[in-house]
Amino acid sequence: MSFQTALELVLAAVVLGVAIWAIAAPETSAAVVSYVAYGLLLALIWVALDAVDVALAEAAIGGLGGVLLLGAAARLRATEAQAKAERPGPAVCVAAAMLSALVAAAIAAAVLLLPVPAPTLAPAAAANAAATGMANPVTNVLMAFRAMDTVLEKVVLLLALVGIWSLAPDNRWGGNPGLRHQADPRGVLAFLARLLAPVGIVVGVYMLWNGADHPGGAFQGGTILAAMWLLVTMAGLMDTPRISSRRLRLVLVAGPAIFLTVGLGGLWFGAAFLAYPQAYAKPLILGIEVAMTLTIAVTLGLLLAGAPERSAEP
Amino acid sequence: MSRLLDIVTIVSVSGGAFFFLAGSVGLLRFPDTLTRLHALTKADNLGLGLVVIGLLPQAGSLRAGLELICIWLLVLLSGATISQLIAHTVRATDRRESSAAHMPGPPL
Repeated sequence: MSFQTALELVLAAVVLGVAIWAIAAPETSAAVVSYVAYGLLLALIWVALDAVDVALAEAAIGGLGGVLLLGAAARLRATEAQAKAERPGPAVCVAAAMLSALVAAAIAAAVLLLPVPAPTLAPAAAANAAATGMANPVTNVLMAFRAMDTVLEKVVLLLALVGIWSLAPDNRWGGNPGLRHQADPRGVLAFLARLLAPVGIVVGVYMLWNGADHPGGAFQGGTILAAMWLLVTMAGLMDTPRISSRRLRLVLVAGPAIFLTVGLGGLWFGAAFLAYPQAYAKPLILGIEVAMTLTIAVTLGLLLAGAPERSAEP
Repeated sequence: MSRLLDIVTIVSVSGGAFFFLAGSVGLLRFPDTLTRLHALTKADNLGLGLVVIGLLPQAGSLRAGLELICIWLLVLLSGATISQLIAHTVRATDRRESSAAHMPGPPL
């Protein structure tokens, strides 16, 4: 057994252990912390599989999802004891266990029955990489060969934000999301926000720019920008914007709108929806990605900030 | 020369791994939050620092080496900040609990 295999076995065992603890942990916050650890370990597995782009996305999603879940756990703390007292009956437990076992067996069967070699479009994607002028095959697939999926994914993000905003009570509509964070302006958190935010913005832009030829891209860069914005608001240096702000809403739709415009342009001037003219493929894709990064950063930040909780009129 | 660099890497990364191990043992064995934080920050600062120093000779390019050093500095910054924040919360909670213990009884 090679060193690599031993390392992968240990990693898989630890991931399974953390996953079991995330389910079995008695407290919600402990479960959330182990879920975040689970996401980060999963990112390591993606690195071991040479899927660095996926690993970056997994780490980003795991971190932001963890913040979201920690917020939910904090809000549920008041009713946690009460919820724990309500045990489901044995019939429900058995049915849930059987359903889980069935799903696990179906996934295992699907993995074991995969044809060898597995059906893949990777050679076709690699052969056509020159068409876009970008060297990162993942960016090529996301922004050119399967750009339709990416458009829809961004629209889904926007719909998720609309869903969260729709939870706002009528008199808070248009106000600022979340509570105003109070922190010592000379404290540690404010210091970190002042020091880290400029570095993080540079890293986020670097991640976006690097995505053309190396792992990275709009989503990873946008997540880092969103995290920096959250840090600054948590440190109390900046308030969340009112959701009625016209400028904010323009940024929110800018990414999908530009993506759709370019796509319709392809339909009008070229062969198909989202068909880029080959000479302009790279500048067009970069333009879409820049707009997307801003939209993703603002959308993710607002998703975490939550529904408006303070009314528009002070 | 490359043999020498490899030896530097092995010694330094092993030292880093030792600090991570010691930090993890301390995290599990130490009695309260503040001492556990002490163990944890040792792993972050010294352990990761030694691993990064050990990897520098293998980095291949100046850019990769600078990236490694940047990662170490960022982890130092976040580790130091988070341990400060946790310690601050622990002290605030302790103070609240001790003042609650001195109260003559729940106000009716």
